[in-house]
Amino acid sequence: MNVTRKLRGLSRELIALRIANELEDGTYVNLGIGIPTLVSDWIEGRDIILQAELGMLNTGPLASRDEVEQDLINASCQPVTELAGSCFFSENESFAMIRGGYMDTAVLGALQVSEKGDLAGWQNPERGLPEDIGNIGGSMDLAVGARKVIIAMMHVTNDGQYKIVKNCSYPLTARGVVDLIVTDLAFIEVTPKGLLLREVAPGLTAEDVQSVTEPRLIISPDLKEMQL
Amino acid sequence: MDKVYPGVDKAVADIPDGASIAISGFFTAGTPIPLIKALAKQGAKNLTIICMQMGPGNEDINQLIINKQIKKAICNYPFYRSASRGASSPAEQAVRAGEIEMEVYPMGTFSEKLRAAGAGIAAFYTPTGVGTVVEQGKEKRKFGGLDCLLEHALKPDYAFVYAYKGDRIGNLSCHKTARNYNPEMAAAGKITIAAVENLVEPGDIEGDMVHIPGVYVQRVVKVERPRYIPTID
Repeated sequence: MNVTRKLRGLSRELIALRIANELEDGTYVNLGIGIPTLVSDWIEGRDIILQAELGMLNTGPLASRDEVEQDLINASCQPVTELAGSCFFSENESFAMIRGGYMDTAVLGALQVSEKGDLAGWQNPERGLPEDIGNIGGSMDLAVGARKVIIAMMHVTNDGQYKIVKNCSYPLTARGVVDLIVTDLAFIEVTPKGLLLREVAPGLTAEDVQSVTEPRLIISPDLKEMQL
Repeated sequence: MDKVYPGVDKAVADIPDGASIAISGFFTAGTPIPLIKALAKQGAKNLTIICMQMGPGNEDINQLIINKQIKKAICNYPFYRSASRGASSPAEQAVRAGEIEMEVYPMGTFSEKLRAAGAGIAAFYTPTGVGTVVEQGKEKRKFGGLDCLLEHALKPDYAFVYAYKGDRIGNLSCHKTARNYNPEMAAAGKITIAAVENLVEPGDIEGDMVHIPGVYVQRVVKVERPRYIPTID
């Protein structure tokens, strides 16, 4: 059932740009699969060090065709490049770093986020696999270990269902871990009182965003259009 | 002490039915493909395999599934991302049909279980997975206000690892992101078989550049560098 109406918002690339603008210089960041990977296109030259969780720090931009090296990939299996100061280590050390609290920010995709900051992102029940089988990958460790978790996603599903929900119905990645939700329509902060709508995509109103969001939004007194 | 075997077939010849085998590699990087191919040829059955994934970026594992050699798989990112690729994936079909048992762990927990096994640690507590399906059936305990799950060490009978360079006494040096699971799996395996691209004499790898000390490695076999283009769906 289509519960929402279609609103025109940002492209995936511009969601990534809005998140890139939110990242602070001098921080260590891990980018998940999907829209989060696109954030790397907007931070070249900035003082931000990217971790690839298979065991690399200071991961460079994607490799061009003639730079491809089969032993140099990111966690999405894309060929990448080295930067001055890149280093390599085992996957186990990489997750020690993640759980140890050394990642300032993780940018992750999501299937659902709840108003309490619960994240569901590793298994879509519609695929029909048993509830404990799916691609967990690094998502649970990153959600628990990173100091700040930013979600990058489209505001509703392809068929118009809520993704920002009162309670996640999909299998959880972690409880109460999400700090910010950035979508094609809005910039939302998860607060102890609920979801705070801080910015809307250009041309949209708070009512537009509320109409495609299941929980009641708190409208910031400083509500702004996203600056891109 | 010379640990070199004359070829991959000899190196895997004694693996019995029912063995558990850790297979390294993160998608396409650092995967001991020649050892997987040799295992498919050798034909041991009822195997438990411990590996990141079952096919994506490593189609050679599919041959073990097609041969019905696998009883159980312990993974952290077993399937293709897209449901459409999953529809044609031997691993996903075998799991759906109940032909293969599967356990899935978070990626950090997965490798820590192997690290613990290699380091003589019986079990450990981690906050990862609390409040999710991962906690089912596990002891939960609070440390400093933080809920954690008890996870046990995972010690495989064999480990298949891969290195850019290895010497006759088993010291291994890995290349860039191809290191990934190799050090922990090498230490965890009761018998660790290393496929090396470059077989050298002791002393040819500078001591500071040894990523996996030879004490963990029981067999070394020279292989040709498998060529692949990193890409998955």
